[in-house]
Amino acid sequence: MKQMRDSEAAKQSSSDMSTTGRMDVAASLGSHGREIPETISNVVFGLDNVQVFYGDFQAVRDVSMQIGRNEITAFIGPSGCGKSTLLRSFNRMNDLIPGARVAGSLTYHGYDVYAPNVDPIEVRRRIGMVFQKPNVFPKSIYENVAYGPKVNKMKVNMDDLVEECLTRAALWDEVKDDLKKSAYALSGGQQQRLVIARCIAVKPDVILMDEPCASLDPIATAKVEDLMQELANDYTIVIVTHNMQQAARVSDRTAFFTADVDSAGVRHGRLVEYGPTRSIFTAPNDPRTEDYISGRFG
Amino acid sequence: MTATIATTPSPAPESTLEGHGQPLIDKTFRWILFAATAVGIVFLAVLIVYVTLKGLPRLTPALWQNMPSIRNPDTAGAQSAITGTIWVMAFTALTALPVGILSAVYLEEFGNAKSRFQRVVDINIQNLAAVPSVVFGILGLAIIARAFQLGQTVITAGLTLGLLVLPVVIISTRESLRAVPQNIRHGSLALGATQWQTTWKQTMPAAIPGMATGTILALSRAIGEAAPLLLLGAVSFISFNPTGPFSAYTTMPIQIFNWTKDPREEFQILAAALIVLLLVLLLAMNAVAILIRNRTQRRW
Repeated sequence: MKQMRDSEAAKQSSSDMSTTGRMDVAASLGSHGREIPETISNVVFGLDNVQVFYGDFQAVRDVSMQIGRNEITAFIGPSGCGKSTLLRSFNRMNDLIPGARVAGSLTYHGYDVYAPNVDPIEVRRRIGMVFQKPNVFPKSIYENVAYGPKVNKMKVNMDDLVEECLTRAALWDEVKDDLKKSAYALSGGQQQRLVIARCIAVKPDVILMDEPCASLDPIATAKVEDLMQELANDYTIVIVTHNMQQAARVSDRTAFFTADVDSAGVRHGRLVEYGPTRSIFTAPNDPRTEDYISGRFG
Repeated sequence: MTATIATTPSPAPESTLEGHGQPLIDKTFRWILFAATAVGIVFLAVLIVYVTLKGLPRLTPALWQNMPSIRNPDTAGAQSAITGTIWVMAFTALTALPVGILSAVYLEEFGNAKSRFQRVVDINIQNLAAVPSVVFGILGLAIIARAFQLGQTVITAGLTLGLLVLPVVIISTRESLRAVPQNIRHGSLALGATQWQTTWKQTMPAAIPGMATGTILALSRAIGEAAPLLLLGAVSFISFNPTGPFSAYTTMPIQIFNWTKDPREEFQILAAALIVLLLVLLLAMNAVAILIRNRTQRRW
């Protein structure tokens, strides 16, 4: 069943590709005009042979990479390649899944995220997360933003903070008169921007985004993408996306993952290629990357 | 392999589209289903009409203003039974709600669903919910009334009925917690909230309507119970209101039971009137439960 879905998705993306073409993707690269050096000087996350297990099943094997400060890093790859799993290990959200385990070394500003004395609560406060489906709380818009600062006992002027975060999330003008209204009254795209506002309210350092636009229409997607460009000035962003055009449009660096199928037919995710988005999309080193971004497999 | 497109029109149907009406078996089956449904409704309706008509002459304020009396059937009321019911229900709620809600939160939010302990607890709760109430009466008599020496008091009755409805409270609370989507919990945890904060500030408030509905239905089961209280020694004739948790008491079902045993016609009418009052109370509680459920329906 899953196999079938994947192959359908592959067909889908290949037909997308044949109409838009690879050159269009390449032409839209670097739209926010930042120079991306080959090497990363200011490392936020350092991964060395990171492996993620669910019980006996190895979902991600041997990932070694670095993620740079104030950069947007995109994880792309076919379904089941472990990119979301890897993302969730950055802020220890995998801890919530019984049996999940991380091996290898995953450091955040040099500190081991999985050291025994590390409090996952503290990790998650600094490394925020935006999920695939906008998961607003069943509360008012104001309370959605104020929740994080409250539980973290931040001493702030809450009204100012709420306004500031909603403004940064490009939502303030749309909701300023309805702050007491239920967040469920908002559209999907507005809800996702509210989730981003809620995330930056705890003043994190990193924002992890797990397919943030998967459930949004193209207009809402464009707004969230603009917002990401804007936020990259202050935050480090790691985004998982199925949409290669999105990765090409917004990211500074791209990591391409794929799934190896072992002799028993089990899929294990692995990192194939990682580098500045421009080189990944215009001159990939690995033939598998080339095949994927040109839509020959998905 | 190449797809061909049909160019010839499909042939005209050989027969017309006229049917032969509903076959007899379809109609018959429909009537059987309807009749089965009607049995329950008609029976309940007859019961309510009969009891209401019979009790109507005594459905006056005297019913809740006067105390029971053996010698004066014309002026007897059920005030002590009504206040007794209120006292007992208050202690039932005080027992069942905190214990039930806290256990449900533990089992659903903090416990490990796959552990052997939790599976044993799960099976036990399911089975406890099906235990006949008279068994709880025996338990209450042996342990609460005798071993704990609380005697034949309001608090004994409240604790026993509390234990009786505890499984129902736990099950309904767990179900309402389970209905809260996982991504709300994850959203809260991802902001650096602790599990305790997530449960207390997100999951439980979101589950309150479901909890309220379940607990009201549980209490409405307890309010009509007579069997365990008969064992626990609810006094059948009592002409004063309970004065505290250690007071003797009677309740509405006990009073009804007692009056129906009396051969005098006046007491039969009184019993019918009190049944109507109890039914109204039950329907009101269920209506509140339904109202809460409908008002707070969420779209996740």
